[in-house]
Amino acid sequence: MFELIPVLALDPLFRLPFVTGLLLAGLLPVLGAVLTLRQEWLAALGLAHLAAASALIGLAAGLPAVLGGTLGALLAGAVKALLRACGNAAYAFMILIGWSAMLLVAANSAVGDSLGHAIIDGQLYFAGLTELLLSLLLVAIAAHRLPWLMPLILRATFFPCFETANRRPAWRWRLGLDLLTAASLAVATATLGLMGAFALVFVPAWIAFRLAPSWRWTLILAALIGGGVYLAAFLAALALDQPFGPVLVALLVAGAGLTALIGIGRSSAT
Amino acid sequence: MTLARGDVLLRVSGLTAGYARPVVGPLSFEVRAGEVLGLWGQNGTGKSTILKAIGNAARVFAGRIEQAPGLTLAFLEQQPARLPLMPVTGHELLRAAGAARTEAPPALAAILHRRLDRLSGGQYQLLWVWSALATAAELVLLDEPTNNLDPDAEARLVDLIVRPGNGRAVLLVSHEQRFLESACSRIVEVSAERESGCSS
Repeated sequence: MFELIPVLALDPLFRLPFVTGLLLAGLLPVLGAVLTLRQEWLAALGLAHLAAASALIGLAAGLPAVLGGTLGALLAGAVKALLRACGNAAYAFMILIGWSAMLLVAANSAVGDSLGHAIIDGQLYFAGLTELLLSLLLVAIAAHRLPWLMPLILRATFFPCFETANRRPAWRWRLGLDLLTAASLAVATATLGLMGAFALVFVPAWIAFRLAPSWRWTLILAALIGGGVYLAAFLAALALDQPFGPVLVALLVAGAGLTALIGIGRSSAT
Repeated sequence: MTLARGDVLLRVSGLTAGYARPVVGPLSFEVRAGEVLGLWGQNGTGKSTILKAIGNAARVFAGRIEQAPGLTLAFLEQQPARLPLMPVTGHELLRAAGAARTEAPPALAAILHRRLDRLSGGQYQLLWVWSALATAAELVLLDEPTNNLDPDAEARLVDLIVRPGNGRAVLLVSHEQRFLESACSRIVEVSAERESGCSS
């Protein structure tokens, strides 16, 4: 497998998709940690479904999938923030609306069933300059805004009355976080696939929450797990000629299983 | 905001508060800089609703709540947030609260490096209350802060509350009269009878 690394580095055919995916694999777990802290991780699956549905609607209207998906997800993120829709029931409706719309558009448009499958499975190897630039932009926005957002997110989690008591507007940072999450999931859904994107939000954070000694390390560990597993999945999918999305999800789930075993071992040892 | 001891930070006049309908009041009291004021009453008398009305989380049906200009509030409800997993240390909690610059009491300083979910319920509750007391907020609202604390932890809580805080005032709600007598400079009784209001 390791002989593939020079191929990745040199072959432009793989370089763009590889870098695009790596950027997203570092970003999504950090957002996943924030969503897990806010108990909103299921929202990621809802946003991914809505992004997939709007990508297909965009394709049917002649827009690139990544653009249609991003617009739809941004709209969903804005509606979620402004209506303060939170809780499992709201996220379940997001998933159901997205799933229903996606399959109905796929069944009733020229883009057809195959593109619907492509979005569910992911089409990383077809990621081009647009996807790379959007991923770079999202990473840059996250690197710039998350240090400002993080204290507000922690304060809202542990001191939920502070903003109301002091009449401070919370909607701006909540909307900002929801839009960043929605756009990231839309770009990731168009490249890594619906379940690949969701798994990168959910699993590295799930592992990091169990192992990290602090919040800072939770974010670092989640990003490292996301990037490391992505790298392993990219190489394994090429070496074994397997679809990338399912390999990525399988490796992430295996990592979660290992973490659970370590946890069981620790608790039985004490 | 510069405070002089005795400045009025909060004036509640003829307040009737509730949610869909009134549940408490009318009642009147003032909170001055540097004092710890306790609101005492039996369960169900609407003490928490008074704090929520001050914290803009309950409806004011009648009366007025006046705050000193520029007043910052710290408001802790009855229970700290408890997530199944909390990979956040005490240091990070204090930073999030804006309380990192104040030196924590030794018993709390010793546990600040630990994850919140690896603290006992009492340790977490004391740290949570300290994180509000050590902020720059001029008025701290604490709702039943003794919940789930054993007598030893309750005594440490009293120590935290009565520590001098740069003119900061505390408004405490509790149904435990003995605790309020230990922690407060003044106690106002909230009666179940809406007409009878309160007495101090």
